[in-house]
Order: sequence, then C-alpha cells, then structure tokens
Amino acid sequence: MELDKLGVVTSFVHNIVVYNIPLLYGTVGEIVVEKSGSLNLGVEGIMAVGAIFGYICGCYANSLGVGIAVAFLAGALCGLLFAALTVSLQANQNITGLTLTTFGLGVYFFVGNGLKAKGWPVMGDYANIKAGFSDLPIPVLSDIPLIGQGLFSHNLLVYLGIFIAFVMWWYLNRTTPGLKLRAVGENPGAADSVGINVKRMKYLHICLGCGIMGIGGYYMGLNMSGSFNSSCWINGYGWIAVALVIFANWNPAFAIIGTFVFGFFNTLRVSGSSLAAAFPGVLGWLAAVPTQLYQALPFLITAIVLVASSVRNKQGSGLPASLGLNYFREER
Amino acid sequence: MKKILALLLTLTMVLSMAACGAGETAETEAPAADAPAAEAPAAAADFKVGAIYINSKNDTAGYTFAHHNGITTAMNELGLDPATQLVIVDEVPEDKEQVLSAIDTLVGEGANIIFGISFGYIDAMEEAAGEYTDVIFSHATGYKSNETNFNNYFGRAYQARYLAGIAAGMKSLETGNNNVGYVAAYGTEYAETASGINGFALGVQAVNPEATVFVKNLGAWADEVNESAFAVELIESFGCGVISQHCDSAQPQIAAENAGVFGCGYNSDMTPDAPAAHLTAAIWNWNVYYRTAMEAAMNCGEAANFVSTMGTPAYYGGLAEGFVDVSPLSDNCAAGTAEAIEAVKAMIVSGEWDVFSGTKLEIAADGTVTKVEAPLVDNAGNEIVAAGGASVEDGVITGTMNYFVAGVQEA
Repeated sequence: MELDKLGVVTSFVHNIVVYNIPLLYGTVGEIVVEKSGSLNLGVEGIMAVGAIFGYICGCYANSLGVGIAVAFLAGALCGLLFAALTVSLQANQNITGLTLTTFGLGVYFFVGNGLKAKGWPVMGDYANIKAGFSDLPIPVLSDIPLIGQGLFSHNLLVYLGIFIAFVMWWYLNRTTPGLKLRAVGENPGAADSVGINVKRMKYLHICLGCGIMGIGGYYMGLNMSGSFNSSCWINGYGWIAVALVIFANWNPAFAIIGTFVFGFFNTLRVSGSSLAAAFPGVLGWLAAVPTQLYQALPFLITAIVLVASSVRNKQGSGLPASLGLNYFREER
Repeated sequence: MKKILALLLTLTMVLSMAACGAGETAETEAPAADAPAAEAPAAAADFKVGAIYINSKNDTAGYTFAHHNGITTAMNELGLDPATQLVIVDEVPEDKEQVLSAIDTLVGEGANIIFGISFGYIDAMEEAAGEYTDVIFSHATGYKSNETNFNNYFGRAYQARYLAGIAAGMKSLETGNNNVGYVAAYGTEYAETASGINGFALGVQAVNPEATVFVKNLGAWADEVNESAFAVELIESFGCGVISQHCDSAQPQIAAENAGVFGCGYNSDMTPDAPAAHLTAAIWNWNVYYRTAMEAAMNCGEAANFVSTMGTPAYYGGLAEGFVDVSPLSDNCAAGTAEAIEAVKAMIVSGEWDVFSGTKLEIAADGTVTKVEAPLVDNAGNEIVAAGGASVEDGVITGTMNYFVAGVQEA
C-alpha cells in the first residue's frame, strides 16, 4: 500500500509535540520548585490532582479558561501542602514528595470513580472545551511545507506551555526576584543574611511550580478526551519530567529541547512503522524493531542522558547547591 | 511544641494506615468464620463467594469492573446478597505470596468458592486448591485445573469478533475504504489476541475480500495514551476507515469519532463513548459463567465434586452459551449488517459452522450468506486448514494460535 509520504512525516512531527507537551509543563514546574532548593518527587500525583479537578470544573463551567485556572490552583494547593510539610515542618523532602504521588493518585481515583458512579462529564458534550482544545494554526508559519502543519498547528495549551517555559527562563535569569530565588536555592543561609525572606520565596515558588504541573495534568486529561478508566491519565509522565529536569540542566528553555528529544524517541513507537512503510528503502528497518525495544527506548535515552550529565563538568551545572536540604534558620 | 506536633503527625499517620489496612480486606462482616474447612457448600443463605481482583473493586470501567459486575449480577440472579455473601480482596498483584495470603484471607472468611480473575494467579491457585480441598477454586484465563475442586474459565471471544468483523466489513464496503485498523494489546505473542484479530479479520473478509486489517501492537494490556495515539496513526497514516481494538479503554473509538471514521469496541458497548463512530462491540457476559459456576458450587454437595458437576475442568463458553456476544448495533451500521450478523450467529450457535474452519462464508451486501469451501491460510502463505476441513482450536487455552491469517498486516 502506498502511504502519503508527506503526511506521514507531518503527523510524526505533530505527534512529537501533541503527546509530549505535558512533559514540558511537568519539567518547567519542577525546575521552578527545584530552583528554590526543594526536591519535589510528587510531580506524578500533583499532575493527577490538577488533571481531575481541572477537567471536572472546566466541564461544569464549560470553559477552558476555568479548567486551566482550577488545574493550576489544585496543583498549587498540593504545592502548599508540600511546602507546609517540608519548609515549615522540616519533613524529609524525598519522602514527602513520594507521599504526595501516592496521595495525588488516590485523590484522582477517589474523585474520578466517585463522580463516574454518579455521571461523568463527557468532553464531547461541552462545546467550548472541545473547541478550545482544537488546533489553532499560526498563520504563515503553518503553511511551511513538511513541518509547518506539524510544528505550528496546535491547540492553545501547547502554545501556553512553550510560552510559560520562555517566561520562566526570563524570570529565573533576567529578573531580581529570579536572582533572589536562585540565591535561596544555592545558599539559603546567605540569602537570609541579606534580607531575603527564604520561607516566603520557597512557599511562593513551590506553589507556582506545582501549579504549572497541574496544567500539564489537565492537558493529559483533555488529550485523553476526558475518558476516565482504570488507569491514570498521567501514565508515568510525572516521573519522566523529574528526569528531564536534569536533562535540561535546570533551564526552562532547554526543557523545550529536552521534551522534544525525549518525545522524538517516545513517538517512534507510535509512528515508527508508518515511517517504515512510507520510506521502505531508508527507514524500512524501523518496522523490524520489536515493540518492546520501542517501549524501552525513551527510558534508555533518559538513563544515558542522566549518566552523561552526571559526568559533565560541574561548572556548567544548573543544579542548585542546596537542593533537597531543608533550611532551618536556628541551625545556621 | 515541635515535638508535640511531630508526635501528633505520627499518630495521625499510624491511625490512617490502620484504617486503610482494615478497609482493604474486610468487605463483609464475617459471622465468626469458625473452621470453614468442615462445612460443605450448602444452602444459599450461608453460601459465600470469594474473589481476588487485580485492580480496585471500585473501578468504574475495565477488566476488574467487568468481572465484579458479572459476579454481583450472577449473585443477584441467584438470590445471593453481594453485600454480605461476597468477600473481596482487591488490588492483588500477580505475586504468588500475595495471592496465597489473599486466598488465606478469603478461606478464613468462609468462602465456599474463590474466583481469581488474573492470569498470573495461576500457580498460587493451583497450590491452594491442593491445600484447601474443601474450597472450590476457579481461575479466569488460565490453563491449569484438577479433577476435583479447581477449574479454569474463558470464552470464545473470536466468535463475537467475527460478528463485529462483519459490521466493519459492511462499513468498509459502504465507504469504499478497504483499510481497517486494529489497536491490539499484543499480537501473535498471545493466542488470546491473535485469535481475536484473526476472527475479526475473517469476518471483515467474508463481506469485503479486498479489505486489509492493519494491526498495531501496543505491547501492554493497558496504555491509554498509546491506545489513542495508535488509533490516530492508523487513521492518519494508514488511511483506515474502521478502527477495532483489543484494549480496555475506549480511546481508539474516541479517536475514530474525532477523525470522523468508524470503529468496533471491545469488552463493553462503547456507543456512549463514541456515538457517531461506534458500530458494535465484541462483549463478554461474565455473569453467564459466574452464574453457572455458583449454581454448580451450591449443588455439587462437596467441593471435590465441583469439576464433575461442571462437566469439564476448562469452561470455554461462546455465543451458544451467551458468554460472548456483540453489543446492540448502533445506527452507524451499514444496511444489511443486522441480517448478516443474525444469520451467521445462528450458524455458530447451532454448531453447524465455526470461524477457523476450511469453510468460509461469503456475505453479500444485502446480508445473504453463502458457504464456500476454501483453505484457511496464514499471512505467510502456510495452509492451516485444508478446504472443507474442521475448525481448528483457536488455541486460547492451549496457546497454539500464534499466527495471523491472510489479510492481516502488522503496521
């Protein structure tokens, strides 16, 4: 059978973006949190909470904007919980983060199953949500042959994700509060001594970062057309986001590249056989690769990148020096 | 102050953990299960059903939900009260030790019959059947059994698949698109998936001999993100006009709906998920087996007679028993679909014809069915059944069907 070669490439590029943007939200959110010196391993759970509340409230209000706002708030509330436990009560960050994952998934299934038993909101019934999540091609750019439709014809939340990544890069690297935040993450004692309110900085940015993760979860829900089943929408993306933070070297702009590099390998599993069928001469071998290898590939790449970045020269590393350490003023 | 707070938090955690632990197992208040070993399955009033689930009993969709629904429906039909006579241990992973401890719990609660719904429970159930000889063990999708108190059960889903294939074939004729897509959990690795794909493909080809079924292999029983992505890929890159599936969620049907093509679901009627796309789904009526098994368990006198009462250690129901079926045809189906499905269903139920035989059916667009002798050939060209030969085992129980029939192409 003859496949439309151009169409296959376009849909491959399109898929890379569509299915992996939630990773960008998760990664950028986690970067903001980690830059404040807090290691939050609860991304998966926070995205799940953002997803379920964002989706439900968005549908009931029949407004994508409400959905995004609620997803952000739900994520930020989880962040508040994390901050209260780790910043104020000095709980261990790793354990608290892992607990938050379990907690978040529990909330997801508790709310979802409960509502499904009573009547689940079906995305198709809410015209504004459906329309809001449909593709908005960028004029001119989307007319570029081959990649135009793949890269520049996406839904609002894709553009929002990229926009947030750039804004966060600018905020962290080009503004005074961003500088203060980085100081808190590097050496909270020093930051405290020059009059920066360490606790407030941590609280604010943990909530902000977790809110961004929440929107990523909402995206996953919408991309699943809001169909609630026995497996969670987030599907392990939260964990990959934690690894992508290191991949991106704690730089929100690099996170965009990291997301798409990871997405490239992730999407090969979906599109590999189509590419093989469309270009049998050059890419025919893709069809012979076993599914299991495709499944493992993104994680293999992650492992390789993590090893590579850990042997990298320490100088260029964006790792906040006091990441994972609780700051307790009286112990200074 | 900090110490008191820490103490309080610890206390809360311990309490909440205790509360969780308690909630997991004790579904019912067991009326002091004293030596459940001694009593034989007797009157309905003190008959107890035990069940081990892989996912949560509170699920609202999917595999565990289908079984839970089947068990409770069967109990209601038999006048048993699921609230007091059903004991569940759920979210039990496929780990022998954990399954054995779940079984111990259920036996301790006084269960007369224990259903284990996941394949990986197989070894634990076999061992427990030897240990608790006065309790009946019944294992879904497995292949082990004994001659007294341990059986397995599964169904001829390929028969329902064939009927769904007819609906898909009719649609492909109507739309003039010969490409049909199939999102599958696995391919030839499992006879369960391979026989489903083959049954479906033969159904499609009975109507539209020109059709090709493109199969995309997920490599996982549940992976919602890719269930959707694979369906989109089949539609966009391979130009498929009907999407069938072997996976839990309705994602492939929703993808078909969004792309304006059609689809055949699985497990449950997916018309509400994709009202403009869904044709019909191959479905399981688990309650049919559960009712049969519970009746046998209540009437067999003692557990050792269970398998002989059932008549076979491997229950393998199909369309004839009503164990598998197709969901009501939606309005999206092409004209003639209902008549064709009805005619073929009658042939299968009466036993005069089966899917994997050397006789193929030719179904005209108006729904008339003709029998033609033709060999069953796999997609590498090997002859499986000679023209006119008897239907081969679909091999779900024996695991022998590890090929795709002609007209199936891996995508």
